[in-house]
Amino acid sequence: MTKELLKGNVAIAEAAVRAGVEAYFGYPITPQTELLEHMSKRMPELGRAFVQAESEVAAINMVYGAASTGKRVMTSSSSPGVSLMQEGLSYIAGSEVPSVIVDVMRGGPGLGNIAPSQSDYFQMVKMAGHGDYKQIVLAPATVQEAIDLTLLAFDLAEKYRTIATVLLDGNIGQLMEPAELPPMRELRQTPPDWAVSGAKGRKKNIISSIHLQPEELETFNHKLQAKLKLIAANEVRYKEYMIEGAELIVVGFGTAGRVAQTAVKLARAQGIPVGLLRPITLWPFPEERLSQLADEARGFLVVEMNAGQMIDDVKIAVAGQCPVEFYGRTGGVVPLPDEVLATIAKLDQATLPANRVAALNG
Amino acid sequence: MTTTPVEQLVYQRPAALSEVHTHYCPGCTHGVAHRLVAEVIDELGIRENTIGVAPVGCSVFCYNYFEVDFVEAAHGRAPAMATGIKRVLPDRVVFTYQGDGDLASIGLAEIMHAALRGENLTVIFINNAIYGMTGGQMAPTTLPGMKTTSSPMGRDVETSGFPIRICELLATMDGATYIARRSLHNPTEIRKAKKAIKQAFENQLHGHGFSLVELLSSCPTNWDIPPAEALKWIEAQMVPVYPLDDFKSVKK
Ligand SMILES: Cc1ncc(C[n+]2csc(CCOP(=O)(O)OP(=O)(O)O)c2C)c(N)n1
Ligand code: SF4
Ligand SMILES: [Mg+2]
Repeated sequence: MTKELLKGNVAIAEAAVRAGVEAYFGYPITPQTELLEHMSKRMPELGRAFVQAESEVAAINMVYGAASTGKRVMTSSSSPGVSLMQEGLSYIAGSEVPSVIVDVMRGGPGLGNIAPSQSDYFQMVKMAGHGDYKQIVLAPATVQEAIDLTLLAFDLAEKYRTIATVLLDGNIGQLMEPAELPPMRELRQTPPDWAVSGAKGRKKNIISSIHLQPEELETFNHKLQAKLKLIAANEVRYKEYMIEGAELIVVGFGTAGRVAQTAVKLARAQGIPVGLLRPITLWPFPEERLSQLADEARGFLVVEMNAGQMIDDVKIAVAGQCPVEFYGRTGGVVPLPDEVLATIAKLDQATLPANRVAALNG
Repeated sequence: MTTTPVEQLVYQRPAALSEVHTHYCPGCTHGVAHRLVAEVIDELGIRENTIGVAPVGCSVFCYNYFEVDFVEAAHGRAPAMATGIKRVLPDRVVFTYQGDGDLASIGLAEIMHAALRGENLTVIFINNAIYGMTGGQMAPTTLPGMKTTSSPMGRDVETSGFPIRICELLATMDGATYIARRSLHNPTEIRKAKKAIKQAFENQLHGHGFSLVELLSSCPTNWDIPPAEALKWIEAQMVPVYPLDDFKSVKK
């Protein structure tokens, strides 16, 4: 296999094709549209289903239907479109059909703009849909990661019969980088035993999210929560950079994580003992690892392209052991390494132990 | 020598209809519609090849009453869900069963676009001029002047608009191939309804595209009219607003 120059959105679409996606349903919205456009050509070429739906509401319910047959299916959208999908996502979670959703985030609230943003963290990680559920959230920072995590999303969705999402800012969706696509996977031949396919020689299957009796729904919810616990225990992923001997920990995902990595490198060159933890899974969140790091750290800096959303989860992990500072840009503004570097330097000064301050002054 | 059978079975539960009691109110014609659909499924021999899509409404539990694979959609989204299923399993028979609030109000976009795309689906549309499940609120199909719990003085067209005629609307769409309205208010009409339902399923089997049968149906409970009179009310009040006809039947 060789590397090709690929645009994030197109890379995700082609990765999904190679992962064996058998149906794609979507609605145009910038900055995700290239994904839909790639599918509109590739899926019919391969004799697979592509529908440009009348809305994101319809698209997610087409996903719900197709996923009920046990096939690999997906949709993609950007922030306002994902808001429209929340009811459908809740039904999908409640009936446990595996589905893959890609959200290429843009600036909000409202119509906002089409510039890159990370302001859907709450919507995706804290489940804006009604009812108690969580969805797996994978956050790539490069085109290669976007490809790898798309594959992983299909595998995890199927393994746990759950929703797996790929959450990226418009920057990763739009940028072009050399990356390697996986080989074409074989399609599944027989449907899983829970799927609807026609009750031939077996009892009928029903896909539903309704449990009218409270006790019955509670029993289902216990089962669902047990599954989510299992995912939380097994599927945490993150990357660390210069974490050895780091007294200050920067946390950022996606493009913010990339910018932070450059800032950490610059800070290290100035002798500031800082490292980066970049969550790959936003749910499940690398809480345990962050809590471990908090045992030794002087301070944390969370960098996001929003007004401060993931910082809540970092604070839960740090549990008051040291200060947690924030640097964020909103509205589609991408933070620059210099800005992050200056914030790291400030945090360094603010958290220096008294004896070291004295030594510096002496 | 010839023998004469002592008993001859002339009537039985269709194999596609589950052997359970339904939760429908006495005199509700949802049950009649179920039986007709089940008979058609039996007659066409498609029970093991069919996937149903249930709505949100009084028939939300219809998946318990049919012996076929079923999914339960979000309110109004059955045509989208059915589209998803049919696109990945084109050789299966897929039908939705939807009420008038579900199909003609919250799900209007989904039904229109499924028809426009000519999705090869069968839609059974139960028009009872009311939101049954939530306790009798005004539906888009509620007749002018008709009292409901959310139009207590009667539907005022000045402020609440006019009834929607789904068949007439969908018949304008090129993707639709069979669009018919029937009623369940007497045995003659019920027989006609069954024929239409059968045609709507046959259309799908022949790959013709989108078919919809609207059935005028009673809701004695929320109309606050005894069952027998409710059937007469359909004939006297609903049929003039919702004429019974084939609005489109494209022979291919
Ligand atoms: C998104 C959403 N909005 C509202 C409801 C509440 N609701 C449930 S059934 C229903 C009306 C159903 O009426 P209709 O489709 O006419 O079916 P019927 O009960 O008359 O057969 C409504 C409004 C819901 N379940 N979901
Ligand atoms: S409320 Fe009306 S539509 Fe619902 S079951 Fe009762 S009679 Fe039938
Ligand atoms: Mg109704």
